[in-house]
Amino acid sequence: MPLNIDENIEGSFQVIGGNFDKAGEASSQLKLKLFEVGADEDVIRRAAIATFEAEMNVIIYAAAGRLQYLITPSYIEIRIEDMGPGIEDTDQAMQEGYSTAPDWVREMGWGAGMGLPNMKKNSDKFKIDSIVGEGTTIEMIMNFP
Amino acid sequence: MKLNDLVEELSLEAKTFKEGLQNEIAGAYVSDLLSDVMGNSKKGDVWVTLQTHLNIVAVAGHAGLAGIIIVGGRQLQEAVLQKAEAEKITIMSTPLSAFETAGRLYKLLT
Repeated sequence: MPLNIDENIEGSFQVIGGNFDKAGEASSQLKLKLFEVGADEDVIRRAAIATFEAEMNVIIYAAAGRLQYLITPSYIEIRIEDMGPGIEDTDQAMQEGYSTAPDWVREMGWGAGMGLPNMKKNSDKFKIDSIVGEGTTIEMIMNFP
Repeated sequence: MKLNDLVEELSLEAKTFKEGLQNEIAGAYVSDLLSDVMGNSKKGDVWVTLQTHLNIVAVAGHAGLAGIIIVGGRQLQEAVLQKAEAEKITIMSTPLSAFETAGRLYKLLT
């Protein structure tokens, strides 16, 4: 059932690297927005998890990032662009279990090499582009049923 | 089964959002890796972990979990308690180990 909205909804959030205490705030806001417009619950859960993972990657690896979303009647598109170190081999980074996270991040239970696979798993379309020394951009689309 | 029904069997002490003890439990998931929880738990699961830092609140909220059981009697910091209360996440603690908690939960839920 397409979403009953008159026009597309857009928004964006800044995510600051290293700020673990604020982790999940952008994704929580997005989740609320999706609830407000009456989106399908399963899509909300998938979008919230995928966005949180993307947010965590910015917090763990980058200086800062920007999260943008677009809600249309038939899908939600989420784009996360960061000013991070970039990923040399994105195929390797997509493999479950591969991570370059430091030990202290792993001790918190992050950095298990599951973030990017989780984002892909929860998306209907997933795209990652990265340039070493410049940053990483992730685009995800979840279709409403 | 509700979270409330586990309190006695698992020696649980509710630390935050006690209203959530009325939440129905769909199942349970045991893990200390946060992405594993978000990737593989199911909505309505109760989550058993030894992680106590602030991010567990967002993980439980995003994954739609019924509540969090902190094992081994680990203490939670005030900031975590406050955030969980604000986000309506029920955190309980048990003196039992993860092994014992999971074993008892398995018996109750299957």
